[in-house]
Amino acid sequence: MLKRNQLGNKSIVIIKTIIHAMCLYFLMSRFYFAFTDQLGGDPVQAIIHFTGMSAFKLLLLTLAVTPLAQWSQQGKLMRIRRMLGLWCFTFAVAHFYSYTAFDLHFDFLLLGSEVIKRPYITVGFFAWVLLMLLAITSLPILVRKLGKRWKRLHNWIYASALLIGVHFWWSVKADITEPVVYFVMVVGLLSLRWQKLKRYLGSARR
Amino acid sequence: MLIRTKSHQDLTEAEVTDESVFQNRRSVLKRMGFIGAGSLLGGVPAANAGLLDWLSGEDQTKGKPTVSQKALSYTDSSHRVDETITTEHKATTHNNFYEFGLSKSDPSQNAQSFQVDPWSLTIDGEVENTITLGYEDLFSYPLEERIYRLRCVEAWSMVIPWVGFPLAALLKKAQPTSKAKYVAFQTLYDPKQMIGQTSRFLGGGIRYPYVEGLRLDEAMNPLTLMSVGMYGKTLPPQNGAPIRLVVPWKYGFKSIKSLVKITLTEKQPPTTWNLSAPQEYGFYANVNPKVDHPRWSQASERRITTGGLGADKRIPTLPFNGYADQVASLYTGMDLRRFY
Ligand code: HEM
Repeated sequence: MLKRNQLGNKSIVIIKTIIHAMCLYFLMSRFYFAFTDQLGGDPVQAIIHFTGMSAFKLLLLTLAVTPLAQWSQQGKLMRIRRMLGLWCFTFAVAHFYSYTAFDLHFDFLLLGSEVIKRPYITVGFFAWVLLMLLAITSLPILVRKLGKRWKRLHNWIYASALLIGVHFWWSVKADITEPVVYFVMVVGLLSLRWQKLKRYLGSARR
Repeated sequence: MLIRTKSHQDLTEAEVTDESVFQNRRSVLKRMGFIGAGSLLGGVPAANAGLLDWLSGEDQTKGKPTVSQKALSYTDSSHRVDETITTEHKATTHNNFYEFGLSKSDPSQNAQSFQVDPWSLTIDGEVENTITLGYEDLFSYPLEERIYRLRCVEAWSMVIPWVGFPLAALLKKAQPTSKAKYVAFQTLYDPKQMIGQTSRFLGGGIRYPYVEGLRLDEAMNPLTLMSVGMYGKTLPPQNGAPIRLVVPWKYGFKSIKSLVKITLTEKQPPTTWNLSAPQEYGFYANVNPKVDHPRWSQASERRITTGGLGADKRIPTLPFNGYADQVASLYTGMDLRRFY
């Protein structure tokens, strides 16, 4: 196979720079607007909504990297996967923090009881813990140390994506069209890996 | 005196329709995330803008300038809570009014060309006198200002200076018959003006027209207000112009907006949120810190007054939203856990 149109290292650096700049810009500007009361009547709800949706979208983009790299035969694209995943976690941290700090005002008793009592929060919390484990173990030194186990561990991203789909679904008050569309996107991205998942689940059972 | 020519009105109506059709389409696409996702996958030259939309969650819809609100004359009343009043800007840009879109900022953007004059509000059903009020009639009762707490079922609250008159004044004029036990309320149904009523995507999947209800004794309680204004002026459309109900001891969704019909009934009338999710929203919907919403605690609330992120406070929620003295007696002997 001829590989004439491969992305060079330079292109990857440019793509990465753009992603960093965009994520940083949106995160900072939204919080700036929220703190200066330029984000509608209730900046708290607006920021929880924004960080949650952004984290979810970044997760979908993270999951889209591998199929996209395969389909376009641009192996180097894989190098942006880690940073997308880490940005997803960054927004998820901002989301959880906003809820705890600005919605609950650090009422940790209330936080604890909400995590236990409200299924949609419980599910979001588990998804968040998974993302945290994956973010920590994406440190290069840990990637090396974990070796083969790293892949198995990072397959949990699929579970996390499904949980977030459910979290979104259960969080809406009335019409579920939007979460359903997102859920379908998650399932679509997972189905592209159906063979791999089947093998993995099979081996886990044995 | 307001003079309008025919052609002027025609023009306005045409604009309204165009705008709502446009907003409608844009809004469906936006909510699906397709404006971004589509261009993301298509890789067209405009992809960047689309991708930015999708990532930023930027709301592209821009409203027209606010419709003019008229100053009202009114007297003060003794119903004034002594707490910090929410800024007018927050109270008029953070609204649940699904008829004009699902997000809190949608109504203030999508409702600005809403026509309130002419208007017609009918009081009928189990009454001796059926009454129909036109736009001007809505302001014919002695108006007073009342500063009430507003507690949303979503666990946030505001303090709002309403201008209006007791519902009891209106009902007394209509003279309920001996059969009348309940009062049913109905919001305008006009999909041409209210984009939320055009499809379930835009309307949140609840049924329209929006309907609410009270027991007759609740409706006759002196606290129950027909509001025609706030902050000294007529209501802006997103807050329920030209006339709405305000029931301060109940969750906000009971305080139905843009009323066209009030019907006295013998049986308990259906109510919109109860039809949509009966296990989450009851007929009574009295503010009650002891009875949680299935998905969040009602024990405390975030009081929105002024300022940016972190400026609000979380405060304990009071039984009947602090109006227990005036209304608790309406419910003696009732199990408020069962009749939530
Ligand atoms: C400790 C974990 C989490 C907590 C406590 C939490 C809490 C919340 C809350 C309170 C809402 C708002 C619901 C509403 O206003 O109706 C929400 C919505 C949402 N969350 Fe989370 N969440 C958590 C984890 C996550 C994670 C890990 C993600 C994605 C990566 C996520 C994505 C979303 C999305 C997409 C929404 C819907 C946005 C909206 O409609 O406002 N959440 N979450």
